[in-house]
Amino acid sequence: MNWRKKTEEVVAREIMRFSTYSLILILVFIIAVIFVKGFSSLTPDMVLKTPQGGFYYGGEGGVLNAIVGSIYIACGATLIAIILGIPAALYINVSLTRYKRLKNIIRFFLDALWGIPSIVYGAFGFTLMLLMGMNASLLAGIIVVALLITPIMVRTFDEILSTIPRGLHEASLALGSTRTEMAYRVLFKQGFSGFITAVLLAFGRGIGDAASVLFTAGYTDLIPTALDEPAATLPLAIFFQLSSPIPEVRERAFAAAAILTIIILIISLAARYLSARYSKTNLR
Amino acid sequence: MRAGRIIIDRASGFWMILSLALILLMPVIMGMGLFLKSVPIWEQNSPWQLIFGSDWSPTRGNFGFWPFIASSLYVTILSFVLSVPVCFFAALYLTQYASERLIRMTYPAIDILAGLPSVIYGVWGILVVVPFISKVISPFFGSNSSGYSIAAGGVVLAIMCIPYILNMLIEVFKTVPSGMKEASLSLGASYWESVKHVVVRKSFAGIVSAFGLGLAKAFGETIAVMMVVGNHIQVTVNPLEAGYPLPALIANNYGEMLSIPMYDAALMFAALLLLAIILIINLIFRYLIYKTHIE
Amino acid sequence: MNSSVITDTNLSEINLGIRGNGHPPIVSVKNLNVYAGNHHILKNINLDIPKNKITVLLGPSGCGKTTLLKCMNRLTDLYHELKVTGDVWIDGDNILKSNDNIAALRQKMGLLSQRPYPLPMSIFKNVAYGIKLKGIYDKKLIQYNVEKYLREVGLWEEVKDRLHQPAVGLSIGQQQRLCLARGLAVRPQIILADEPTSALDPISSKIIENLFKELKKNYTIILVTHVLRQAVRLADHVVFMSYGEIIEEGAPADLFKNPATEKLREYIYDGN
Repeated sequence: MNWRKKTEEVVAREIMRFSTYSLILILVFIIAVIFVKGFSSLTPDMVLKTPQGGFYYGGEGGVLNAIVGSIYIACGATLIAIILGIPAALYINVSLTRYKRLKNIIRFFLDALWGIPSIVYGAFGFTLMLLMGMNASLLAGIIVVALLITPIMVRTFDEILSTIPRGLHEASLALGSTRTEMAYRVLFKQGFSGFITAVLLAFGRGIGDAASVLFTAGYTDLIPTALDEPAATLPLAIFFQLSSPIPEVRERAFAAAAILTIIILIISLAARYLSARYSKTNLR
Repeated sequence: MRAGRIIIDRASGFWMILSLALILLMPVIMGMGLFLKSVPIWEQNSPWQLIFGSDWSPTRGNFGFWPFIASSLYVTILSFVLSVPVCFFAALYLTQYASERLIRMTYPAIDILAGLPSVIYGVWGILVVVPFISKVISPFFGSNSSGYSIAAGGVVLAIMCIPYILNMLIEVFKTVPSGMKEASLSLGASYWESVKHVVVRKSFAGIVSAFGLGLAKAFGETIAVMMVVGNHIQVTVNPLEAGYPLPALIANNYGEMLSIPMYDAALMFAALLLLAIILIINLIFRYLIYKTHIE
Repeated sequence: MNSSVITDTNLSEINLGIRGNGHPPIVSVKNLNVYAGNHHILKNINLDIPKNKITVLLGPSGCGKTTLLKCMNRLTDLYHELKVTGDVWIDGDNILKSNDNIAALRQKMGLLSQRPYPLPMSIFKNVAYGIKLKGIYDKKLIQYNVEKYLREVGLWEEVKDRLHQPAVGLSIGQQQRLCLARGLAVRPQIILADEPTSALDPISSKIIENLFKELKKNYTIILVTHVLRQAVRLADHVVFMSYGEIIEEGAPADLFKNPATEKLREYIYDGN
C-alpha cells in the first residue's frame, strides 16, 4: 500500500518535471531550427533591399518591402488600438468601479473577443472593404489588424489597472480632480507598466499575424508611400515564398522567418525589461 | 479655466464610453456582416445540407462543408490530445513544485512561445514535423505519406496551443489557497495526495474551461495549420493523409472566389460558422470561469 | 477591541493550571531558529508544552506565533524560502529531523487555521478524508467515525440531512467546526489552532471556545491568538512572544497579574 503510494508520487512528479522541462526544450528547439536554417541564407541584402527583377526565381533582392510594410501596419494598428483601447480600459476602471456585475460582464465579453480567430477578422475586413469600395491597401490592413488587437490591448491594460487600490482613486478625487484627470494623470501613470506591456503585446500580435492581412493589405514589391497603396507583410512574404518550388526562394523564406523571429524576440525582451523598469516606481 | 476642465472631462468621458461600446459591438457587427454576405447560400441550401453535405464542387453549385469541418475537428482533437497532458502536468509542477529559479526560467519561455507568430510555427512544422512524418513515422507504419498531413497539423497546432492553455491553467491553480493544501497535509495526506485531491479537485471547473478555450483556439488557427496539413479535400480517418480545415479553405480561396457564383457567399458562411462555433465555446467556458471566480 | 484591562472578575476565570502536572511535556522545542532570507523570524525558541492543557501562544501580529505553530507539524516545508534549524520533539519523535513518513507524524496533530478551509468535497468526505488516509476503508467504520466526530463538535444535528452536499455550503462557523471534526477524526493527540476564531462571529467563536474547554480532557491544545481576552478565558499556560522571541511564559494567573517584563505590561494595559 505504502509502496504503491510512494511509486505513484514519484512517477507523477517525474512526469510533471519532464513536461515542464519539455516546454523549455520545445522553445529552444523551435528557435534553434529557425535560426540555423535562416542564418545560412540571411544576407545584408535581405534586410536592406526590396525584391529586384527575378527575385521570385531566385534573383537579387531582399524583403525590405515586407519588413517596412509589417512595421507600418503594426504601428498604425497599435496607434488606433491605443486611441480606442486605452480610454475603454480606463472607463472600466474609473466609471464602472461601482458596478461590479457590469464590469465583470464587459470583461467576460472582451475575453471572448480575444478568442475570435484572425481569419474571421480577415474575412470580415474584406467584406467591409468591398462595402466601402476600398482596395487591398495599407489602410485596410491597418484597420483590420487594429480590430484584431484592440481587445488584447484593453484586457491587458485593464488587468493591471484593476490591481490599483481604490484608495488612490478616492484620494485623487478628494483633491478635486475631475474623473478624466484622475483617469489620465493618476491611473494611467500608476498603470504605465501595464500600458507598455499592452502596447508591446498588441504590436507583436499585429506584426506577426498573417490571416487577417491576407486579403486586406494586398502584396507588393514596393515600399508603400501612401495609405491607399497595397503593402507587403513579413508573415505573408514567408508564406508565399515557402510555396515556391525554387529552392533559393524557399531558403529566403527561412531567412525571412529568422528576421521575424528576431523582431518578436526583441519585442518580448523589451516588454519584459520596460515593464520591470516602470513598475519599480509604482506603489504596491 | 474651470469651464475648460469640465468640457474636457465631458468630451473624454464621451469618448471613453463610445470606444468601449464600439469594441463590445464588434462581434455583433462582424456576425451581422458575415451573415448578410452569406444569405444567398442560405436561400439555396438548408444549414443541414451545408454542414453535413460532403460534396464540394463549387462550379456545379454544390457546397458541402463536411470535409472541411471533419478535417478541422480531426486536427483540433489531435492537437488537444497531444497538448493537454503536457499543459496539465507542467502547470501543476510550476505552481506546486517548481523552485523560484525554474519559474524564472520557464515563464519567459512560455511568454515567448505565446508570442511567436503562427507563420513561424508553420515554418518549423515544414522543416521538422513534415519530414519526420514522411521519413520516419509513415515508413514505420508501412504507408507512403508526403508528410503534409493531419498529423503534422495536429502536432504544430498542439505546440501552438500549449502556452495558451498553460497560462490559463497556471492562473487556475494559483487561485487555490495554500491553507487548503495545508489542511490536507495536516490530516496526514502526502504532498502528491494533497495536490491530487485538493488542488486538482478544487480547480476542476477552471481546468475544463482552460481545455475548452484551448479547443476553440485550435479550431480557428489558420496559417500554421494550412502550411503543413496538405489542403486536399477528403474525409479520412488516417492521420497520415492530408486534410483541409475550414480556416484554410477561407484563406486559400479568397482570390478566385469572385469568378464563381455563390463561392463568395459560401466562404462567408464558412467564416460565420467559425465565428459562431468559437464565440459559443468561448462564452460557455468563460462563463464557467466567471461563475467559479464569484464563489 | 475595547480595552483589555484585567479586572478581578475575569481574573477569577483564569484556570490556575500548574505546569507539567506530573506529565513530561508532550511537545518540546529546542533551540529553534527560523530564517526567511535575511530575516530572523524565530530566535532561539525553547519551549515545553504540557499535556492535556490549553497552551496559548500570545503576541502581537507578526511576532512569529503562526510560524512556530507551523514548525510543529512541518508545514514550513511548503515555503521554500524558510530555513529551519533546531529540534521539535513531539511525543518522542524529532519532527524536524525525521524524514520518513511526515504524513503519519502530522496525523498526531490536528490543525485549525485562521479561516476554515473545507476541502472541495462533501461534508461527509471532508471528515472521511483523514480516516481513509489512515488506511481505514471499511464503510461502516468510516460512517461510524464521521458521525461520532460530527457529534463531538455539535454539528451532527445541523448537517445530518445534507452530509453529501458540498462543504462550502455551510456557514463559516459551521465550516470551522467541520474542520475541527475533520482534524479530530484522525485521532490526534494535539490540536494546533491558529487564531481559529478570528474569522468567526461572536456566537460561533463562543462555541469553538467551549469546545476547546471540553476537548482539553483528551487533547493537548496549542492556541495561537492575539486576543488577550481569549487567552484569559482559555489558557492554562501562556507563552508571550514578541518579534520572534519568547518574552515570558507561565501560568496565566501570575503572568497577567504581575507581568515581569515591560513588553507584556504594555501589551496587557494598552490593549492589543
